[in-house]
Amino acid sequence: MRTDLFTDPVDGLDEALSAVDAFDRVLVSGLLRPRPDQAAGLTALATAVAGTPLAALVAEAADKAAAGAAGEDHLVALAAARTALMGSVHDALTERVADITGRRRAERNTPDAAADEPGANVLAAARAWLCDLARAGWQGIDHDLVAGAAPVVSAMLPDPRLRRQATLLDGFAAELAASCPGATLDRVPVRRWADLWTRAMLLTLPGAVRTQALSTATGRLLPLGVDVQEHATAVQAQVHAVFEPADGTEPRLVQAAVSAPKPDTVVGAGLWQLLRPRMSLLAAAGECRTMELDGMPVTEEGDLLWDDAQARTGEPVEPFGTARIILSTATDPVTAPLDRHPARIAVPVLLEGYTVEDEDGGRLSFALAGHRLAVDTDRIPTAGPLTPEAVAASGACLGLLRWDAGEFVLQPLAVETTVRKKAVAVHAGAWAGGTTDKVGVRAEKAATDSVAVLRERAGKLLRA
Amino acid sequence: MPVWELSSTARVVPPARPRKLAKVPFVELADGRLQGVVSSGSDAGRVYVSSLATGTYAFACSTNNNRPCGGARGGFCNHIRALVGEAVLQYGAERVARYLKADTGDTSDTVPDAHMLVALMTATRPEQGDTSAAAPVFSRFLRHLAYLELEPTTAPLPEMQWFPPTRTVA
Repeated sequence: MRTDLFTDPVDGLDEALSAVDAFDRVLVSGLLRPRPDQAAGLTALATAVAGTPLAALVAEAADKAAAGAAGEDHLVALAAARTALMGSVHDALTERVADITGRRRAERNTPDAAADEPGANVLAAARAWLCDLARAGWQGIDHDLVAGAAPVVSAMLPDPRLRRQATLLDGFAAELAASCPGATLDRVPVRRWADLWTRAMLLTLPGAVRTQALSTATGRLLPLGVDVQEHATAVQAQVHAVFEPADGTEPRLVQAAVSAPKPDTVVGAGLWQLLRPRMSLLAAAGECRTMELDGMPVTEEGDLLWDDAQARTGEPVEPFGTARIILSTATDPVTAPLDRHPARIAVPVLLEGYTVEDEDGGRLSFALAGHRLAVDTDRIPTAGPLTPEAVAASGACLGLLRWDAGEFVLQPLAVETTVRKKAVAVHAGAWAGGTTDKVGVRAEKAATDSVAVLRERAGKLLRA
Repeated sequence: MPVWELSSTARVVPPARPRKLAKVPFVELADGRLQGVVSSGSDAGRVYVSSLATGTYAFACSTNNNRPCGGARGGFCNHIRALVGEAVLQYGAERVARYLKADTGDTSDTVPDAHMLVALMTATRPEQGDTSAAAPVFSRFLRHLAYLELEPTTAPLPEMQWFPPTRTVA
């Protein structure tokens, strides 16, 4: 592992990001009545893509937007330009990650097929709402404007083919609602909201969600760890694993995700309870067991489209063992073209021989051969035995290498540490399939009770 | 720009704190009100829709069939008190106070709680509001319940990468 490359500058990164930042600041005050400094921000974005096929389209869009006359197509063009820039940042960073890990990347040969395109009307409604947002700007949002997302989300949620769009809009709108009125905001998550806006705009376009070419996976799956993502009304758990094909070809890194919409009062252990019944892999990962796959559908991005009928639980296996023996020989998956964004980078790595440093503000970092890697302990889910304290006392860490706000950060998935003079491994996802831990059992019971109350209420009131 | 503003995964809204839902199955800070649904103590098929307006603390409480709550004449009924209590559990007293624009004064040595918030609001002798919000609040509650009926899926949602968990509570 080339730890010296964590902090080594990446060529062109600052230039690309400064064009992105210039555009992002435009969205803070909105495009209804643009000021001269906003015009400059729009020009910066257009200039950054001047050498690409988007050049003419984006230049025109920037002009119109600077004049306060941007139509829907113009805003789509601006979103496309920002997506392209973030895609280039993603590519530069993933090359850097490959240099750090020394692993090879899989190749992507098959073009995606156009998916069937459901919900044209509701997607058009979503796009219209997003255009209104861009005109108002983050400082111009109010409850009436934000409430416009609710009917769109309600119409999308029942259709699983629109789950991506629905989940994104729902999470984004909830944040905006909690931040209303925009005029009194002390601070704005400038890059984050521009990311979410851009992403949502793109996903309303025909062809944005592609059906990926599928093959099947038959062989042994060795879980490395579980990553949880959540907002008020959705949760996703993603298991990162090494897949060893039965035909003896080289091992590859894969992921398997399971997600569900949820009421905001279902939290903690309740998240595992919602997801557990749909994917047997969660229990296997929690108990550190392999799974035997037989004809499991898998995308070129390395996403297993999990079906319990295609999997069977196998032998106990310690993820640290997998990481030490097989991880370095596995290939990393590639990301679908439209999904390239630095926030998507989540690369399994094993770190050992570091010293833990406690920075001001309580943030941990690992020092490796004089180089420092920040550790994002805030990402550790609360419904599990792994804690920031365990990370601080650890000697080895299995985690996801990510990049955010200009630096690489490590998200711990598991650590090796010493408890009562004995070396133990502590996994963030250990409670995914259930637990006998005293604190865990209590959390499970509380979550079961919450869902029971809501189901009882739903039974009485939705019927009435 | 400060680092928080340059982060794609900045945490903006802390997740709800876990709480028992039997008495107050639904509470939210929305539409300029603290609003929610409170179970009737006597009739399992009946719920009260209660709300408090931001700034004026104008209060309203009625059943889901729009019958006025007998307790909410001239002052806060027990349903509204329960609503404030559970909102404080779910969101933390500071966020509730901020949303309602309740001035808890200098909180450096006193931590605001539900009791203090209720005392503060009743001291201003708030007026009784109309119950026109009951229907939309109740339909938001039903929409909230409907999330439990939606099936989990194993098709990946790449956009969830923008929503990391946080150990910070409200």
